[in-house]
Amino acid sequence: MITINNLHASIDGKEILSGLSLEVKPGEVHAIMGPNGAGKSTLASVLAGREEYQVTSGSVNFDGKDLLDMSTEDRAREGLFLAFQYPVEIPGVSNVNFLRTALNEIREYKGQKSISAKDFMAMVREKSSVVELDPKLASRSVNVGFSGGEKKRNEIFQMAMLEPKLAILDETDSGLDIDALRIVANGVNTLKSKENATIVITHYQRLLDYIVPDFVHVLYNGRIVKSGTKELALELEEKGYDWIKAEIDAQ
Amino acid sequence: MNELIQDSKINSFVESLPKTKIPFNNELIVNASTVLKSIDFPTTRSEAWKYTRLGRIKAISASGQSARVGKNLSRELIKDSYQISNSGLTFVYENGVFRSDLSSGEFPKGATIKPLTGCAKEELTSVGQTIQLENELFNSLNTVYAIDGMSIDIEDGTVINEPIQLIHLLTGKNTIANLRNVIRIGKFAKAEIMQSFFALDAENSFANSVTEINVSENAHLSIHKLQSETEGNFHISTEQVEQAKDSTFTINTITLDGTFVRNNLNISVNGINATTNLNGAYILKGQQHVDNHTCVDHKAPHCNSNELYKGVIDDKSTAVFNGKVFVRKDAQKINAFQSNANVLLSDLCTVNSKPELEIYADDVKCSHGSTTGQLDEEAVFYLRARGISEKTARSLMIEAFMADVLEKIENEDFLKYTQSKLNKRFNWESIVE
Repeated sequence: MITINNLHASIDGKEILSGLSLEVKPGEVHAIMGPNGAGKSTLASVLAGREEYQVTSGSVNFDGKDLLDMSTEDRAREGLFLAFQYPVEIPGVSNVNFLRTALNEIREYKGQKSISAKDFMAMVREKSSVVELDPKLASRSVNVGFSGGEKKRNEIFQMAMLEPKLAILDETDSGLDIDALRIVANGVNTLKSKENATIVITHYQRLLDYIVPDFVHVLYNGRIVKSGTKELALELEEKGYDWIKAEIDAQ
Repeated sequence: MNELIQDSKINSFVESLPKTKIPFNNELIVNASTVLKSIDFPTTRSEAWKYTRLGRIKAISASGQSARVGKNLSRELIKDSYQISNSGLTFVYENGVFRSDLSSGEFPKGATIKPLTGCAKEELTSVGQTIQLENELFNSLNTVYAIDGMSIDIEDGTVINEPIQLIHLLTGKNTIANLRNVIRIGKFAKAEIMQSFFALDAENSFANSVTEINVSENAHLSIHKLQSETEGNFHISTEQVEQAKDSTFTINTITLDGTFVRNNLNISVNGINATTNLNGAYILKGQQHVDNHTCVDHKAPHCNSNELYKGVIDDKSTAVFNGKVFVRKDAQKINAFQSNANVLLSDLCTVNSKPELEIYADDVKCSHGSTTGQLDEEAVFYLRARGISEKTARSLMIEAFMADVLEKIENEDFLKYTQSKLNKRFNWESIVE
């Protein structure tokens, strides 16, 4: 699905990612954990195509295509989805209007016919129930007046609507109470299939009780320094990151 | 009259203009001529023209202009391209001249509507009384050289459901067209008027429009004004509105095209419990210069005024907003709200925004605000990250920005027409659904 090879990226001349490599196959869930400033959100930003970041070397192959060569919108059209850590409020742009525009541009890209208003609204009803999002919120301006939990649910709702191949959840759990966390995780699990994959970026092990990862990676100083299974997350929760830092810094 | 002003500073500008054939009262003409004798084009040293230069209008040499009328216009062309609503009465003017052959629709009952040149002197005795001439070049010019215009008189208690439309077309090279309109809405009457300004095969031409509006006790008037003259042409509009008690006046000013546009919107709220709504939208590109000067003068208590002007400014264009609200000493319990917001789409465009409040009463609720910024790049990225192209993302954002002011346009035909013009420019499709 995605193969990241020796990725180096910097912002304002400061290197944040220093040789990150990762492979994610269809059907897999990967968790990326790590201390603050390790480069977790930078990884999400670089993959989504934020222009502030310069990729200085390395490659990212997404389903046979060079991801780094594509514009942000083309990455999304190819099936990459980023659930934002801080979803943006866009006054005046309604959720449904925005999603229908997105869906139709993706369909056009793929050479498919645009979706009818009727089918689209049926889809909105179906998918909003996946994350228990009040259908009324779907017609409101994007994220305006949404609570923190509603914003995150709205991210997963959008993911459900766009049906991406690879979803990257950037600290989707941060700031969520336990009920919202369960709803969000439940939405992600419902959408999981053999064909798609998920990268969960998180600071806390808590989310991984609900979204069970196949692999857990520790990001530190811009590289993946340790990989394991879900037990690694538990170990990190218990012992913190200092032992890993010490291990790496000693090398 | 031309003898009178032969030595004036504006002589070369006016020398080939024909004197008005509208039977204004003599005193008015004399007063305006006296002003023209001594006045010059205002410069940026005067506060009212600080950001707007008139050099290019001053340089128009009307003596070389081609025939003022006689353009090969047809009713079909008007209907297809310029007529905003298919219902109601439509009066068409070309360079200030009434074109009955292009006009259409039925005269509504309870109203007297005719070209000003068709009025009797007795009917026009009170015309011009509210228009300031002193120090006002364009009002004075418009008085002495008005070619024609529309006289609309709605009788007391008459409700007219169909809009009354005025379409003004500027044509030809170096044309100077002075258009004068007089509108009176009787007590308890209600009407809706559309004024739209276009240009066809026009170059270096100038439309100077003055409209006097009288809204009587408990009357309702809505004006929808569209300015869409082509590049290379100039437009100055002045509306002088007098509102009596319990009246409601609404004006929507949409400015889309034309190299130079200046709007002077003066509203004198003379009676208690009146409501005034001023909405403006300007969407500029290229080298356009659009200047909106508004003034709401609250002279009586218990009145409400709401003003919202929004602009999208691109390329090397310039927008000016100067909104003044006066609340006179005895005008207590006034609610006056004013807001101007601008989005800059390029690094080379300019906005000069000056909201002003002058309050002499002590029990009022007034607010004003002005914002100028850029599109939220984080929001643009968010939309793109969902598969929306950058162009569409920006369009959506601009559409969202303009939505609240466009939503205030209650007339669907006018909104749809405006929308279709904007759709062509931004590929919008979603507001009117």
